[in-house]
Amino acid sequence: MNSTILKTATRLLLPIFLIASILILWRGHNQPGGGFIGGLMAVIGVALYAIAASIDEARRRLRVDPLVLAGVGLACSVLGGLWGSAAGGAFLQGVWPFYEYVSGEGTKGWPIGSVLLFDTGVYLTVLGAVCAIIFALEEAVFAEREGSR
Amino acid sequence: MSPEMLLVWPIALPMITAVLTLVLRRSPVGDTVSLVGAVALLAAGITLLMHVLEFGPISAQMGSWAAPFGITLFADILSAAMVVIAGIVAVAVVVYSRQDVSEGERAVGFHALSHALLVGVCGAFLTGDIFNLYVWFEVMLIASFGLLVIGGRRDQMDAAVKYVGLNLIATLAFLAGVGILYGAAGTLNMADLHLTLADRQNETAVLAAAAMLLFAFGAKAAMFPVFAWLPASYHTPAFATSALFAALLTKVGVYALLRVFTVVFDGSGAFLQPILLVGAVLTMVVGVLGAAAQNDVRRILSFHIISQIGYMVLGLALFTPLAIIGAIFYLFHHIIVKANLFFVAGVIRWKAGSEELDKIGGLLKASPLLAILFLIPALSLAGVPPLSGFWAKFIIVQASLEARDWWVAVAALAVGLITLFSMTKIWLAAFWKEHPDAEPAAMPVAPRSMIWPIATLAVMTVIIGIAAGPLYTTAEEAAVTLLDPLAYVEVVLGPEAVAEARASEAAELQLAEVAQ
Repeated sequence: MNSTILKTATRLLLPIFLIASILILWRGHNQPGGGFIGGLMAVIGVALYAIAASIDEARRRLRVDPLVLAGVGLACSVLGGLWGSAAGGAFLQGVWPFYEYVSGEGTKGWPIGSVLLFDTGVYLTVLGAVCAIIFALEEAVFAEREGSR
Repeated sequence: MSPEMLLVWPIALPMITAVLTLVLRRSPVGDTVSLVGAVALLAAGITLLMHVLEFGPISAQMGSWAAPFGITLFADILSAAMVVIAGIVAVAVVVYSRQDVSEGERAVGFHALSHALLVGVCGAFLTGDIFNLYVWFEVMLIASFGLLVIGGRRDQMDAAVKYVGLNLIATLAFLAGVGILYGAAGTLNMADLHLTLADRQNETAVLAAAAMLLFAFGAKAAMFPVFAWLPASYHTPAFATSALFAALLTKVGVYALLRVFTVVFDGSGAFLQPILLVGAVLTMVVGVLGAAAQNDVRRILSFHIISQIGYMVLGLALFTPLAIIGAIFYLFHHIIVKANLFFVAGVIRWKAGSEELDKIGGLLKASPLLAILFLIPALSLAGVPPLSGFWAKFIIVQASLEARDWWVAVAALAVGLITLFSMTKIWLAAFWKEHPDAEPAAMPVAPRSMIWPIATLAVMTVIIGIAAGPLYTTAEEAAVTLLDPLAYVEVVLGPEAVAEARASEAAELQLAEVAQ
């Protein structure tokens, strides 16, 4: 599509969508949100960019093949699950190596661990898989339009 | 390694393999990784089965969230054995796909999708949570949809749309049923559902949920009258894909029926049993008659899947210990035989150039070995002794005679006869008669990667037939656990949870004795 308004707005909106998606991913640790919805939010940004610029341009800016992104995401999630069992608990058990509870002082450290790894994996999987679907559909429609001409 | 992880590996390994093959989908290394992953799955399945045979059923709580709140994985002999057979099929399919699946289909992700399908299949076999079962069904559906369309041909798209459309209806019914069940019982853990619903089986909400789930699993298993998606789609993808589908997809439906209608619902109840019985017999008969009307190798085989599913559901419907043993034995035998027949169909296509019965022939002269390799699974499917299918049918017919359902036994035997007729039809057209235009000597030689899986599965069929004893014992032990839901509950929720139920059961037995 060739619209100056859309192009200019996208330049502004894309970073907002991406930042919001990461905030939602982060917030999902203890509150509503998480990797799935965050990933979808990021997809909105990419899809908007793909419509405003072009599919090729969006692919180029994404740098990685979206399916590879989905694969890496799934790998992160599986690793996040295995981490729990490797640390002596059950599969998918939460492990926070930099976080501890000290009596009298409350919690200390960073709540970063297997749960965040799992959720980041979900985020990447959703982002990669849905982007791959959108790109494939757009390209199929485009090819058909070219063919009918 | 903790025993809990034994339950996780059959799901995690294909998941890891799917990731690796997805990333490596354009590289030749991907094929090897896929094979290694399939062998690893088989090894994980065998380890799990050995553990379960030795120490009894096991369960695990994901993320250490105690049942009934977290997701439970559970394995008894039935589910562990199903994982092993899924592993065998996975290895055979990956080897077979080496020549059968085109470069293009591989580049789009044939291996990744196949392993994703296996994730769903193994997950469904191992889960102890009914909503989680729904999730695995969805994983299977998405992966199988992908496998149907990666060829990109017009007839494949057509098949895929029918397949997904009809399956989505089943999935929606599944979700609705689970929703009703959750509303009625307040839990989704199968063991907890058993305790909660033990004396509420005739409530309207519970029966409505049971009907919804029966519809959903019935559609997944391709039971009458909701089987239309199967013959509409199984003849279009690559042969390796057809074999994978034919071996595993419908059988997950049968497994879900066996599991849910013993643990959660009472399959022998006055409401469910007649539906299951009539449904099973109609499935058998309609499937086999549909096959008789077809003229394409894979279409004939597809209709036979439906007919054979009828036998398995019949085992559940009769609901005697022997009948359940028969259903489980049938399940084991059928996966091997059916995958093999689709493999043979691929070689027929490779050598004779078509799947339509009018356009092929001369294969007996061209390849006597292939003729033998076809006869073994084909005769086994029809139930000719001493092959595996004979024992499977024998147990089911015996069980229906013991239950004094004469008409069922007659139907089962008649369907066996018509199955033999169908197999003879393929034999006459593909092997016996002359090829309409090609010379037998000039036919291309089938690659070894296609012949070896067929030969291996054929040998298994023969071994199961000659030495049916050990498999029968395994099926018997599996049936005993399946028919004792309290044992299931005990493994998942601990001995305290079942103490009360066991005590009341014992009291009832005592009362019955006193009354006598």
